[in-house]
Amino acid sequence: MSIETNETFRPKIVAFCCNWCSYAGADLAGSSRLSYPADVKIIRVPCSCRVNPMFILRAFEKGADGVILCGCHPGDCHYSTGNYYARRRMTLLFSMLDYLGVENGRTRVEWVSAAEGVKFSQTMNEFVEKVRSLGRNVRLEDLRCRN
Amino acid sequence: MQELRERAAALLADGTVDRVLGWRAGDMPWNPEPAYFETQESLRDFVYDGFCGANLSKYMIEASKLDGKTLVCLKPCDTYSFNQLLKEHRVDRDKAYIIGVGCRGKLDMEKIRAHGIKGIRTIRGAGIEEDEKTLSIDTIYGQKSISYEDAMLSRCHVCKGKEHRIFDEQLGTSKETQDADRFAEVERIEAMSPEERFAFFQKELSKCIRCNACRNVCPACSCRKCVFDSTKFDSAQKANSDSFEEKMFHIIRAFHVAGRCTDCGECSRVCPQGIPLHLFNRKFIKDIDVFYGEYQAGADAESKGPLTSYTIEDVEPGIVGERG
Amino acid sequence: MQRIGVFVCHCGSNIAATVDVKKVVEMALFEPGVVHAEEYPYMCSEAGQSKIASAIREKALTGLVICSCSPRMHETTFRNAAKKAGLNPYMVEIANIREHCSWIHKDMEEATKKAVILARAAIAKVNLNAPLTPGESLVTKRALVIGGGIAGIQTALDIADAGYEVDIVEKTPSIGGRMSQLDKTFPTLDCSACILTPKMVDAAAHEKITIYTYSEVEKVTGFVGDFTVDIRRKARSVNMDKCTGCGVCQEKCPSKKIPSEFNRGLGNRTAIYTPFAQAIPNVPVIDRENCIKFKTGKCGVCAKVCQAGAVDYDQQDEIVTQKYGAIVVATGFDVIRLDQYDEYAYSQSPDVITSLELERVMNAAGPTKGHLERLSDGKAPKEMVFIQCVGSRCADSRGKSYCSKICCMYTAKHAMLIRDKYPDVNVTVFYIDVRTPGKNFDEFYRRAVEQYGVNYIKGQVGKVIPQPDGKLLVQGVDLLDNRRILKEADMVVLAAAIEPNPDVRKIATMLTASIDTNNFLTEAHAKLRPVESPTAGIFLSGVCQGPKDIPETVAQAGAAAVKVIGLLARDRLMTNPCTAQSDELLCNGCSMCANVCPYGAITYETRQVNDHGIREERRLAVVNGALCQGCGACTVACPSGAMDLKGFSNRELIAEVDAICR
Repeated sequence: MSIETNETFRPKIVAFCCNWCSYAGADLAGSSRLSYPADVKIIRVPCSCRVNPMFILRAFEKGADGVILCGCHPGDCHYSTGNYYARRRMTLLFSMLDYLGVENGRTRVEWVSAAEGVKFSQTMNEFVEKVRSLGRNVRLEDLRCRN
Repeated sequence: MQELRERAAALLADGTVDRVLGWRAGDMPWNPEPAYFETQESLRDFVYDGFCGANLSKYMIEASKLDGKTLVCLKPCDTYSFNQLLKEHRVDRDKAYIIGVGCRGKLDMEKIRAHGIKGIRTIRGAGIEEDEKTLSIDTIYGQKSISYEDAMLSRCHVCKGKEHRIFDEQLGTSKETQDADRFAEVERIEAMSPEERFAFFQKELSKCIRCNACRNVCPACSCRKCVFDSTKFDSAQKANSDSFEEKMFHIIRAFHVAGRCTDCGECSRVCPQGIPLHLFNRKFIKDIDVFYGEYQAGADAESKGPLTSYTIEDVEPGIVGERG
Repeated sequence: MQRIGVFVCHCGSNIAATVDVKKVVEMALFEPGVVHAEEYPYMCSEAGQSKIASAIREKALTGLVICSCSPRMHETTFRNAAKKAGLNPYMVEIANIREHCSWIHKDMEEATKKAVILARAAIAKVNLNAPLTPGESLVTKRALVIGGGIAGIQTALDIADAGYEVDIVEKTPSIGGRMSQLDKTFPTLDCSACILTPKMVDAAAHEKITIYTYSEVEKVTGFVGDFTVDIRRKARSVNMDKCTGCGVCQEKCPSKKIPSEFNRGLGNRTAIYTPFAQAIPNVPVIDRENCIKFKTGKCGVCAKVCQAGAVDYDQQDEIVTQKYGAIVVATGFDVIRLDQYDEYAYSQSPDVITSLELERVMNAAGPTKGHLERLSDGKAPKEMVFIQCVGSRCADSRGKSYCSKICCMYTAKHAMLIRDKYPDVNVTVFYIDVRTPGKNFDEFYRRAVEQYGVNYIKGQVGKVIPQPDGKLLVQGVDLLDNRRILKEADMVVLAAAIEPNPDVRKIATMLTASIDTNNFLTEAHAKLRPVESPTAGIFLSGVCQGPKDIPETVAQAGAAAVKVIGLLARDRLMTNPCTAQSDELLCNGCSMCANVCPYGAITYETRQVNDHGIREERRLAVVNGALCQGCGACTVACPSGAMDLKGFSNRELIAEVDAICR
């Protein structure tokens, strides 16, 4: 295995996007040709409240270097309340990961509406940059999953 | 203890209850164990002393399925767990006859051992009614002593109070033993650098042998089947073969009981490896208090838990980074 | 094992210019379950779809992955294509390699690599997918409208005109609501009763409308298309069939000193009463708390004078149980209580009144027969002060944070009417802002200022002090002039904030309709579904959803009616199959899932289960597929993983995570 430097390091980023706002925001970023690094891979979920902390830990286990969750802005949830629950869950989970010494830049929640293609692209650019600066996720990975 | 035993016998005799859930003497003076007593004669083995730390509320899940009422002895802190189970419909209030038993702090054998006291034959001063400030311990190396306070479980130093939150009757007196800040340990860790925190938890968690004692004793961790035992998440139960798994298990366990954990401290009490597991739960409790207002799980059996409610103005997850 | 077909679309050059589609096909064939892969310039075209159909048949495919544009664009297209070819539509997954890949990346190698990974994730998911079938439920072709104000009446009329049965449940003895209390309406100044009464009569006469006045909703069960509602018809003590509405009982009733709710307590009524002359139904009720017969057993005058023999002291409450397909909430509003606003001396001086009280004062059928006079001494006022935003746009806990929306306009109306009828009365209005968005609204306000000489002062009133001579000293500020103002007034009118009818909380709980911190009912979507509650089958009409004036209320009432008609016009409802489902062997029955469900779709039942030989009674979560919208909040709340979401199951999502991180 070669020693990677930050210049060549390409992080693995999992982005959970709610179907109604953020996934549509990502679509808009696409149709507006607003680029962001290909390191980001999007998983569509019905609502941000569908994202189980297990999924996030699983991603890290399998070698993700960053996980971002995007949902409708508070107050705009398609299901009225989903993102409020997601907000509490993620706040607590991220705080716990931080407490365990996992770099908190590896996790993020961002509210992106269907009209915010620009915000989606900017957010992803920023997030990838941040994770890239943190380097490979070694604190929360399962060694056997390394590839 | 005698009063408690007599009262239990009377309630068995008059048919109010069909069984008594309490503690009986173990093979050593310091390890009484939870037990059912179904006859007045069997109550001879009933004990209740400073070593009866076990929280009996979780046993009421199974006892609620039995016919008739079960008399259950709950210490003040155990009543929080009972309330929480009641809120979650896991126990049947009508099947329980709760005697709120007195408590002046429970004892920790590890603390006594840590004082270099070994080869113990008998311990005096651990009784519940006595107000002795010192434990007199007869060991094979002679007579030793340790103050009651020094021998107390860590959790008793952050005692939630001497009030029983739910009971049918109360017997004995209780004492609030809090003399430390509940969140001091958590704050100490928070003050460390991320590297130090990681090293600290890595060291602690690497001791985990996944014996599941924490899970089995925890009144909040009372799923019929744990996610780690089911195929629902492809996260099958197994001993840790990697540093990741122990983290995954303990983070998720703490997350699942967040907002439901009453901080009864049983997880840390039973961990054979001495991992301070309460530090996970207490971190969530502290965060919940700070972010969403003070909340004590089990203080009542009605209020909505912090993870099943929200306010429009809740803090954003970004606060974790901003807080530094 | 699935037999999966992967179809990679070029989308002309939209995808193919940046993604090596041949490479994606080649890589897909290495994935587990994939038995077929091909690419084509336009998968969504007829030709593309027929390629899919023939592959399904020839290769006996059990699942499809389409690598194409966003599922928001063509998921339905491909699902329908699969369905036509005999495959369950929910066995189709889309890998979005256009919006999320080819359009945002320039480097071909990088984009191709990502497209392969996205395809891999979709394949991993399809491997775990199970066929899903939408459920069906029958629709009861009858609607319930809760509240008989203008919102409820209009909704009921519109639904009934479409040919469906509608029941209106109204708590008070008559329909009509707040609008019946108003004198004139802005911005046209027509008389409220003149435009409302015909609608009330229409509703009463409509063969499809049943009106339950003096009645309340007691219990609601069921779900969209199939609600069962218990309505409590409170004992009226007057037989509705026999009463002729002659009114003699009211003339003769000896308890005459009961404050009239209709007149906001400014006038009195009798114990047997109809709230107002045009009440519908024109049948009185006996207010048992204030009736001498009910209090002492003596009296009975009304029964003696009633020629029709309609008075029935033994009448009991009656429960009517009825089935409905849809429920409209039209519970309206009230003005807030002003007891905490001591600075305006509302409780101290009878000459400080709310705008709604002024409506009654100015109404010819009101307590002063329509003469503008001080309620303390009956003298005609010379100086009137209106104070805006009393409790609206309020930062502290005494009032409401929101704008009540109607006050600026009705104050302009009051000011104009007073200046018109009593030109010698000076009218001053203290305001924070004058808000007049609405057709002809600003013109209306300007007329008040320019034509009628109403004195508008931008600034708030700090205090109203009753003087020994009966005048009211108003202390305010003029922010534009930056000076303090002291003004002696004869009457002060407070534009008190409006709030949802307090009963709405109870009703919302029964309906499992969500409600915000101000007790306004929440819409399914603030912009796109403003007349629907997030709970399917529950619709919102009027101020229960947010402050509104009459035209807006009527418009919303019509909109709610259209939604109801759209629902009732269907015989069956197809339900979204991507709903939550609980594994009964894992369920703890702890209610965590129900606590976060925004739709009240989760209930509990105690049932015998056989858990690997252990037979016992367990409390188990049951998801009503007709109510569940599939958000998934419950799946995360559930600690044991018993609750899962069909179409987005834990294992499916984890498979996607794994595929991406592989």
